[in-house]
This record gives sequence, structure tokens and C-alpha cells, in this order.
Amino acid sequence: MAASKSQKALRWKHREARGGPSVPSRKDDFSAQDVKVKARLKREGALDREAVKNAAGVEFWLNTHDHGEIEPENELEKTWRLKQDEVASLVEVGAASKRYDLKLGQLGPYACSYSRDGRWLLLGGKKGHLAMLDWQKHKVVCEVQVRETVKDVCFLHNNVFFAAAQRKEVYVYDKRGLEVHRMRDHKDVEKLCFLPNHFLLSSIGMQGVLRYQDTSTGEIVAQHRTKLGPCKAMCLNSYNGVVLCGHAGGTATMWSPNMTTPLVKMLCHRGPVNSLAVDQSGRYLVTVGTDKQMKVWDVRTFKLLHAYFCSAPAKSVEISQRGLVGISWGSRVQVWKDALQTKASAPYMNHQQSSGHIRQIRFCPYEDVVGIGHEGGFSSILVPGAGEPNYDSFVASPYQTRRERREHEVHSLLDKLQPDTIVLDPQSVGNIKLDPKQVVAQKKEQQRAAAAAIVSKQRTKNESKQKMKGKNKPTKRHRKKQLNIIRDNKEAVEELVKQKTAQNQREVGEHVPSALKRFF
Amino acid sequence: MKVKAINRVEQRETGFERKGDLKQVRRNLNPELHPFERAVEYTRALNAAKLERVFAKPFVAALSGHTDGINCLARNPKRLNSLVSGSASGELFLWDVPERRAIYNYVGHERAVKAVTVSDCGSLCFSCGDEGVVKMWRVPHAPLGGVTETVDHHPVSSFDAGQVLRGIDHHWKRPLFATAGEKVEVWDHERASPLHSFVWGADSVESVRFNPVESDIFTSCGNDRSIALYDIRTGNPLHKLVMQTKTNSVAWNPIEAFNFTCANEDCCLYTYDMRRLDIAKMVHKDHVSAVLDVDYSPTGREFVSGSYDRSVRIFKYDGGHSRDVYHTKRMQRVFGVRFSGDGSYVFSASDDMNVRIWKARASQKMGTLLPREKSKQAYNAALVKRYGHMPEVKRITRHRHLPKAIYTTGKLRREVTESDRKKQLNRIKHSAPGSIKTKPARKKKIVTRLE
Repeated sequence: MAASKSQKALRWKHREARGGPSVPSRKDDFSAQDVKVKARLKREGALDREAVKNAAGVEFWLNTHDHGEIEPENELEKTWRLKQDEVASLVEVGAASKRYDLKLGQLGPYACSYSRDGRWLLLGGKKGHLAMLDWQKHKVVCEVQVRETVKDVCFLHNNVFFAAAQRKEVYVYDKRGLEVHRMRDHKDVEKLCFLPNHFLLSSIGMQGVLRYQDTSTGEIVAQHRTKLGPCKAMCLNSYNGVVLCGHAGGTATMWSPNMTTPLVKMLCHRGPVNSLAVDQSGRYLVTVGTDKQMKVWDVRTFKLLHAYFCSAPAKSVEISQRGLVGISWGSRVQVWKDALQTKASAPYMNHQQSSGHIRQIRFCPYEDVVGIGHEGGFSSILVPGAGEPNYDSFVASPYQTRRERREHEVHSLLDKLQPDTIVLDPQSVGNIKLDPKQVVAQKKEQQRAAAAAIVSKQRTKNESKQKMKGKNKPTKRHRKKQLNIIRDNKEAVEELVKQKTAQNQREVGEHVPSALKRFF
Repeated sequence: MKVKAINRVEQRETGFERKGDLKQVRRNLNPELHPFERAVEYTRALNAAKLERVFAKPFVAALSGHTDGINCLARNPKRLNSLVSGSASGELFLWDVPERRAIYNYVGHERAVKAVTVSDCGSLCFSCGDEGVVKMWRVPHAPLGGVTETVDHHPVSSFDAGQVLRGIDHHWKRPLFATAGEKVEVWDHERASPLHSFVWGADSVESVRFNPVESDIFTSCGNDRSIALYDIRTGNPLHKLVMQTKTNSVAWNPIEAFNFTCANEDCCLYTYDMRRLDIAKMVHKDHVSAVLDVDYSPTGREFVSGSYDRSVRIFKYDGGHSRDVYHTKRMQRVFGVRFSGDGSYVFSASDDMNVRIWKARASQKMGTLLPREKSKQAYNAALVKRYGHMPEVKRITRHRHLPKAIYTTGKLRREVTESDRKKQLNRIKHSAPGSIKTKPARKKKIVTRLE
């Protein structure tokens, strides 16, 4: 069975739309003049085409799972009216079992975080409760009571270690729940964020200082004072490793460890920014603020694309792998579909959490699930179409064994990126930066002009020079040099000389001829 | 309302049912799942470049046994494992290279052996030296492994040239060989007197080399700083090129057989096209003392040169500078170099009485490679090539440690050439336009061309 032509074309469009490579054309190979370069281009073009073909083959044959969706059968049915009970009754039993509530009343509200493969769930209750779960198997991996306020939690490079921002400092625990590190440099941290390719843990908090710590070597890579006050909103742009912070003045800033000033600073809201999120492709930024707005920004041009009105200031925002935007305020969760590229007219799904205020929502990678951390504990709801259905075993596999995890850890350490690879355009790494032709021509012209100016100046100087006899005697030269030396008593001496001459002038009248002055 | 949600079953996803089952690997090539593609590739390229230098251990073995400096080296064109070397004390050894042992000791030369060659059939070997006699020896046919002691052998026959001989080379297809002494002579295996005798100016000729493709053509280079081309079919010399300094040895490119490279006394090697002797195709620089011998790889893409500065260098056939340099503390002046028949090893014969075996690619892993190793190495090589322009990668791949003597002399030479260049520029600047004509470096050393 082979894919029909139309199917292939469709796949191509799909790839291109997702930002994949476009079909390279044969024409590009013959633009060069040199025979050798031409041949090389031809060879490399053939390789490129083959790679693209293979990639398309992989996509067609191996990415067999389809993403989840809700399909209304007629116009009267609205997806946003659908309740969780109904969703659960309509999907398969295996998928329905992913909807559950954890009632942890006393220790909330809860912060939550999923591991990058979507298998592990981390909970951090405000009253000091830390727990890691294998949530699909409903197994608790570890549970700790730290007896301190827990502000945020996040996984490090795999599920073996996780970090928790507590009352004063950040602590790292292993999967047995044992405290392995206490990071004293991170003070009063509100938000944590881990860059898996760079092995950097970044934190920001009440001091408004953004800190990057390398978790493989333990050194602090960078500390940036934002100078924008306490910060409670931070997220990672996973496309280029840039960290975004939302500030009380309504600005959002983008940071890399290489620059002490923000790469970008943009005014997003009239009032504090509550939360922000960047989608997987790194193109869209969604911010929510206390001005009851949810705004979608283009990260390439830093322009506002759409603004949505929320009935109350949203507290938390998150974008799923397939571009669904989830926001929460009070005890309500709203999910928006197609809200980034286009302006959506109605939410995709609504959910009212019965047990108290929501602190944080998180989309689970590779699953159609949203995790909600709230006052009464933690809830998981179904949002069909949120997660990427086809995972890559070499990136993140939910069914990783212990051996695979170790292998993966070694490989990721070998491929660990240096902090200086964090730039706004990650494709620029390894490029040669050439000036445009016009600029080169302009520079050359400037150089030529400068050289000509020097020559002409020298020429005029030479021509105008009147050679005087005796000007270049060694004694004269020495005297001239002495004149140039500035001594500290020089001014005083000069002053004295001036005074004396003035005195002399005062004594002799103006009417006396100058030749006779010396006789007075 | 139709609702569909992701629902995976672990067993179906991984295809892992019982112990020993291979786990299914899933791929998703969506670029969004693979961020930092360029940065990761660059990091891998950097690591690959570092590893390449870490594993660069080119020295394989030294074959010791001679009791005086080794003058000449010849490899058997029919056999990968056999190598012949002759020394200044008149010793001639046949080596079994994988066993690293001399298996034949050819007894017969009283004085220094100056040149040696193996016949096209691979079963005869010819050597000559200061006595002025060419000796013919038998090279065993049987596989050489398993021999434990060196056996003495005596010459099969000898040819009296009546002059001190300095070079010898065998024809690639016919039972002929050429010798170089006061004159250049061509001999038949069956005859006691030479077939041809060529005299063209030089009082002594240093070496001769037959063309491997157009096999009746051969070159000689002599003390009158000349390189001469001869054709056996007409029995006449063809061309003669006179350079400013003496050429010590010539090697033909076996693939582009109209090109030859000559090792010159002025520290450089020059590649010429035999059809256009008025300009060199390329000047290969890097040695800091006279280059004494040169030999091409059977692929024709690389050649190796040995120099009086105690180093062996490997050049690309069109590379102006060497790809690699080999040296050890104990290696003295290198008088002979040869590529192995499969192009993966290099042999050098030096004044310190040793024949040395080197890898042609310093960091190559020898022996059978697993497919995974092979693909990994190919990937690493491609990465290094792709990111070779990045300053860090370039620095690491280009760096070679050099003995202090070579390093300082090289630096000095560079300074000299740079100041010469500057001076020439100044001369041009301060004289009438067009009055000073510069010669390109490829023409600079050519004095005349004779027909």
C-alpha cells in the first residue's frame, strides 16, 4: 500500500504549516556558476530531498495516532457546553480514567507540574506538601511534608530530581523524597523553570533577580537584576530557551543568561501581568493581566495579534502542545482552540471546578489532559485535542524503562548546550554573519575616501610647508619639547610672568615710544 | 457529539510483551519536538572535533634491525604485507609488516644501498648502491605469516653498471627497470647490458620513477636541478625542466597520471602537469627543511612526504598545506616514505635505523568496525565538515603539536616570506606602475624548460 499523491501533498502542506521544511526544488541547485560548487550543490540538494522524503515517510507510516477532537454533529451543538461528565461518557474507558480528583483539602492550594514525557506529576501544596505521582497508574512515588511554604515545583532533567521553591530558598529532592541540595543563592523564589537542553534551572521571585544555575556542574551561570520589582510570572520559550518574565508594571521581558539587560521588553497590560505562556513553535506569546485581558502576541514581530476579554482577571495561562490555550480564574477553567493564529469567537471548553480557587493549570504533554491545582487538592480533566498523539522515543517516552532513562541522561549530557547558545533566533547558531553587499561596498568606499583624504591632506601640508633655516636644530627641538611638558608649577610661573609684564606696562606710560621704553 | 481522546495502551505502543522482546521505537520528526537543532549539531561537531584529536595516535610500530641509517624503501605492488628497506651499511631487509619482523636478509651488498624497487609481478626485487651493481633478488610468493627467524638470501643475478647508482625504479607492466647514476639507463631482466642509455646534461642523476599508467614514460631528477621526462618507445628524452633548487624525488599521481609531484630541496613540493611544465599546478608548503622523498596514495587523493626536518607530512593532492604531520622524539632525518597498498598506512625510513609504520588517518580506528561505529564515525566526520568554519572547531581540528625546532623554524620562515612580500609591495608602490613584474609562486622557481 503506498500513499496516494494527494495524500502526500496534503502531508507536505501539513508539515509546512507546522514550520517543517518545505519541499526543496531542483531549480535551487543550479544557481551557482562554478562547476565544483554546482556539483556540490546538486549532490547536497539530492541529499536534502531524500531526507525530506524519508521524513515524510516517517510521518506517514509511523505517526499513526490521530489527535483527539470534539466534533459537533450539527450547528446547535457547541463544544463549550460540554461538561466533563459527558466527555468522560463519550470517550473510551482508558481515556475516561484520566479524569480524577485528588482531595487534599488541608494543604492546598496546590502548584503542579508534569514531567516532559507526561508520565510523572509533581504536586506542591502551599502548606508544605510535596508529592510525585505516576498519575496514570495512580501510584505515589514519594511524598514529603517540608513544613514550609511551597511556592513552586518543577522537574529537573528527568523524573529522578525535582526542585521546590520554598519559603526562603530552593531545594532539590530526589525521587525518594530526600533533600539532596539546598540552593542558597536562590532567595525568595516565586517561580521556577528548567531548561532541559542547557541543564539550567532558572528562578525569579520577590527580589526580582533572575538566576540561572547549571544543575550538572552546580555553578551559577548568571544573575540578572530585572529592576522591575517582585516577579510572580515566568515561563520558558522552549523553541529558543529564552525565559520570559511578567512584571507588576504590565511589562513582559525576555531574558538570556548572556545579557544583563532583557533581550526584549514589551508593555503588555495596563496593570500587573499575572501569567504568560509561549507555544511550542515559539511564535506566539499569550499573556494574561489584571486588566481582564488575555493577549496574543507575535514573538517574531512583538506585535499584538488578538486580545480576548475575560470576565475576571485570569490567574494562570498555559498553551498545550497542539496550540490550545488554557486559562483559569476563580474556580473556572477555559480552553481556547485556534485562538493564536485566528481570533476565536467562543471558547473550546469550559470547566467549573467545584472545590475552591484554582492556583495553577498545566497541560499534560502527549495526553489530552489538563491538570488543575486548586485549594481542595488536584484535579485532572479531559480536553480532547490538547496533546501531541505521537511521541518520539528519543525525545521523551512515557514508557521509558530505567535503562532507557539512564541512557537518555548520558546522551542529553553529551549534547548539553552551552548557555551562550540561547539567542532569540536559534537557527543563527553556526552561521556566518556577512554584511550585505551594499554595506560592504559602502565600507570600501568610505575606506577609499579616508585614504584619499589623508593623502591630499599630507600633500597640501607638504606644499604649504615653508622650510625655515634653523627650525630643526637639536637645541630648538629640545626647547620645544620642554615647552610641551606640563609641570604643576607652570601655571604659577605663567601667572607671575603675566603679573610682572602688567606691572611693567603700568609703570611706563602709553605715550612713550616702544623703542624708548627700556630707558624708563 | 463525537469525542475522541488520546488513549494509549502501553503494550501496544512498545510491542513489549515478555522479557527479551525488542522494544518498539517511535519517531516523530516534527521539528517542534526537536528544538535547538543547530545548537545541538554544533555541540556534537565540537565534541567530534575534540574526540578526533584525542584519538589521534598515528604511530603503529617501528621495525628495527638495521645497523645503519636507512636510505631507501620499496613496497610490493602485488602484496600488502611486504616491504623492502636498504641501509647505508649495505643491508637489505624484506619485512613482514603485520608480523613486524624481517623475514629475509638479502646478503650481497658491500657498500651502501641507495635504492630499491620491487618488480611489477611482485616476485623480484632490484637494489643498487655505491658499488655500481644492480642485484636481483627473489621475493617469496607464499604467505609470509608464521615465520619466526630471519633467513639469509643471496642475489639471483646482478647487472654491472660500472658507475655509482643512486636511483632505481621498475616498469609497471614490462620486465624493465631504469637506473640513475652518471647517466640514466634502462635494463631488461634478461640482458646484462642496458637497452637504453640517456645522458642530458646532469653529471649525476638522483632518482627515476616510471609512470604507472602511461608506463613507458619515466622521470628522473638530477644534480643539475633538473627534472627530465623520457620515453622508452622512442628512446629519447622528452622534456627537461630546470628549477632553482635541486629536486630529490618524484612521484606520479596514480589516478591522474599526467601529474607528478616533486620533492624539492627548498622545503616545498611542486605538482606539475607533464603537458604544461611552464607552471606548477600547486606548491605544497609546510616542511622546514629539504624534502627528501614523496609517494602517492593508491587513491591519488593524498601523498606523503619525508623531510630532512625529521617529520613526515601528509598532503592532499591539491592542498597547499599539509593535512597532518607525524614526528616522534626518536625519529631522525627521513630518507624514504611509502604509502601502503591499501592507502591506510604510511611507512617511513629514517636515519635512526628504523622503519616506522603510521596510520594514514591519525585518529582512525583500525580493525573491523561495527555498523553502528561506522555510521557514528561518518556522522561525526560530516558534522566536523559542516561546522569546520566555526572558530572553535577550526582551531581544534587545525592544531598540531610540533617539535620546537620545527615550530621555531617554521615561524621564522613565515616571517621571512611575509617581510619579503611586504618589501615587494613597497617596491611596487614606490616605482613606476608596471615597472616591477611579480611572478606567481607557482612559476617563481622555474628557471628554464628544455625540449
